[in-house]
Amino acid sequence: MNRLPSIFMILAAASLSLLFFFPMWKIYLDAPQYPEGLEMHIWINKIGGDSEFTLQNFNILNHYIGMAPIDANSFKELEIMPLFAFGFIGTALLLALFPKRGLIMTWLVLLALAGIAGISDFYLWLVKFGTDLDPSAPIKVPGMTYIPPLIGSKQLLNFHAFSFPSIGGAGIGLAMLFGALAFWKTYAKKIKKEEI
Amino acid sequence: MTSCNVKSKGSPDGTDDAARKVYVAPGEHDEFYAFLSGGFNGQVSVYGMPSGRHLKMIPVFSQHAENGYGYSEESKALLNTTYGNIPWDDLHHPKLSRTDGMADGRFLFVNGNNTPRIARIDLTTFETVETLEIPNSAGNHCSPYPTNNTEYVVAGTRFSVPISDEGGIEDIELEKLNEYYRGSISFIKVDDKSGEMDLEFQILVPGFDYDIANGGKGPSEDWIFFTAYNSEQATTLKEVNASLHDKDFVAAINWKKAAEYVKQGKYREIPAEYFHNKMDKKTHVASSEVKKKVKVISPEECPDIMYLIPTPKSPHGVDVDPSGEFICVSGKLASMVPVHSFSNMLKAIENKDHVDVFESIPILKYESVLAAEVKDIGLGPLHTEFDGKGNAYSSMFVSSEIVKWRLKDFEILDRIPVYYSVGHLMIPGGDTHKPDGKYLVAMNKITKDRYLPTGPELCHSAQLIDISGDKMKMLLDFPTIGEPHYAQAIKADIVAPKSKKIYRLDENEHPHATLKEADTRVERDGNIVRVYMTAIRSHLAPDNIEGIHLGDTVYFHVTNLEQDWDVPHGFAVKGARNAEILIMPGETKTLEWIPTKTGVTPFYCTDFCSALHQEMQGYARVSPEGANVPIKYWLGDPKK
Ligand SMILES: [Cu+2]
Repeated sequence: MNRLPSIFMILAAASLSLLFFFPMWKIYLDAPQYPEGLEMHIWINKIGGDSEFTLQNFNILNHYIGMAPIDANSFKELEIMPLFAFGFIGTALLLALFPKRGLIMTWLVLLALAGIAGISDFYLWLVKFGTDLDPSAPIKVPGMTYIPPLIGSKQLLNFHAFSFPSIGGAGIGLAMLFGALAFWKTYAKKIKKEEI
Repeated sequence: MTSCNVKSKGSPDGTDDAARKVYVAPGEHDEFYAFLSGGFNGQVSVYGMPSGRHLKMIPVFSQHAENGYGYSEESKALLNTTYGNIPWDDLHHPKLSRTDGMADGRFLFVNGNNTPRIARIDLTTFETVETLEIPNSAGNHCSPYPTNNTEYVVAGTRFSVPISDEGGIEDIELEKLNEYYRGSISFIKVDDKSGEMDLEFQILVPGFDYDIANGGKGPSEDWIFFTAYNSEQATTLKEVNASLHDKDFVAAINWKKAAEYVKQGKYREIPAEYFHNKMDKKTHVASSEVKKKVKVISPEECPDIMYLIPTPKSPHGVDVDPSGEFICVSGKLASMVPVHSFSNMLKAIENKDHVDVFESIPILKYESVLAAEVKDIGLGPLHTEFDGKGNAYSSMFVSSEIVKWRLKDFEILDRIPVYYSVGHLMIPGGDTHKPDGKYLVAMNKITKDRYLPTGPELCHSAQLIDISGDKMKMLLDFPTIGEPHYAQAIKADIVAPKSKKIYRLDENEHPHATLKEADTRVERDGNIVRVYMTAIRSHLAPDNIEGIHLGDTVYFHVTNLEQDWDVPHGFAVKGARNAEILIMPGETKTLEWIPTKTGVTPFYCTDFCSALHQEMQGYARVSPEGANVPIKYWLGDPKK
């Protein structure tokens, strides 16, 4: 009996669980005054940084340009996303027990859709924070918005911003890869059966 | 242009080589921290070595208007003494705390010479955290010398004074002074973990002038050695009358035995009033405790704790080599350096090789203890340090030079002129078990033409000398702040990683802290008005305050809400007969302001903290006494 699809689904579940141990995304800020850099970490269930004071320091800097303070408690997503993650991990483990081809495909498509939804939601937040600025902000540069890059780097006044997925985010990608492998292996099994 | 008429001023061969050795490129860090005492400025200056760049001034015994040390309500108590709050002292000797005979980079101990005090500086914050007044002392000069594991920090008197058995210093006729006066050696216990000091006991000793001390190491680590001059016991025209004898003394004290005697209860407790001032780690508020008693022991009742070794002539520095065997003494009026042998001393004690007894204290025979005299070493020897490679370096005040000599055969190897009149010299770890013999710092008393003139008052100066090779090489002159009497240096990587960046706001237990802006307020209690203020880039909250009246005493308790490195805020009020305060991130500091004029009075942040620092300001309205103006305050919203 071919165990590979089950093993791949277990690996997919394990990859997704990385979300609870590592940030999904990291935004780095570099400025002349911050040689040590500022690192904001976006987790599936919280927002933090390389030090526990990063968010406060981000917000102090951002208030000059009128950016709304980032407050982890105000994001519904940070409550909903973990539930989705648990759901995908649970269903992946069920599929490891019953590696049905069609269901694996469905799981894969749903995970991809959830990932796209998450990234889109993240981007919309970046746009909202970067453009919805307090009109009474002390520093106003005509025409300037402060949308950090989704992936890649961008100069925002004195700050150089870099944004990249982190290990947690990579876990989603890995889970999709393992899901696809599981699917492929069930497919291979089927072809073998037909040949006989 | 040629410069054949310009005489060399000690520049080494070419100067390129020297320049390269002291050049620390922009953004790079120095290899060592050097802590130079400021002498009459009562402070410690921190320099990077080898660059000679000044990094920080640490106020200790002197008020420092720049950051409010000694002016803020939190720090005032550190300057409390039985004479009152004394805002100045003469700070001579920095000594790093030690573990296993090596500087451990935890604390720096320093002495106040004038109003006898010892202070402890915490090297995670580079701030003074404790001061201890020394009773029964005058001229706290041979101080603060640590034992090998900082079991004790030892402090001795330069002036002997009539110490009364009933406590205090007696009022007696000066013409009879020498019949009554005594010196005291204080043993300050240092807590292993916290570093906190406690005056455990004092040894009352003959009325000489005790000048410098140093603890033994290895075989001699139970001992501490003091130079004692004025064995003539003169009390007037000392420059002549205290210089009559050919030999004065080195006093060798077995501190372990002395401590045992105290443990066995062989002490008397006499009244003694002295202040112990501590900065609380959690509240950042210093408080004072007045101690009322001190345990004293005397060499008479506790035999074998003290011996006198005759030593030429008006000895100053006493330095123990890294092995702990050689005790090098610099007789400032001698032209040689006598080197005593610790093992000879033990033999002489065992064989009762005494030439005399002074008030029950055995005087050992000079020739029996001596290892050698380093002859023709120069004029006015003051101090010696060691490079750990078998060499000693002695400073010559009168002949203005550093002389390198060998411990193996006491031969002189090299000499280098210094500019001018060197007092102390320092090699990193040069007073410890394991010196780092790469650099030597000469601290000079006179600078004359070495720098651009600045009127009658000129800077003092340090000179950095390369001692890594056979020949000493002059590398760098750098002006110092105040008059450095001694210095300590330690590898930066022992201290730097532990340097604090912020104070945690969630650990701030200051009784008047305001931990968030929503809690800012102004409260009146009789004539006391307390402003619970916060500072964060770029505003003070509240920034408009009404209801202050003439006759009020206003306390601004300012909490810096920042939790980011290098973002202090300052605070100053127009007309405050006080200094400013600098508040570090997460810290609360208090400025007292007693308004003397009615009217609108501005206050502002003094430390350029941000792009909108100039906006970080506010107003306090001062109304006449009895005016009907209620307390009112706001930030951004006058309806509050
Ligand atoms: Cu400020």
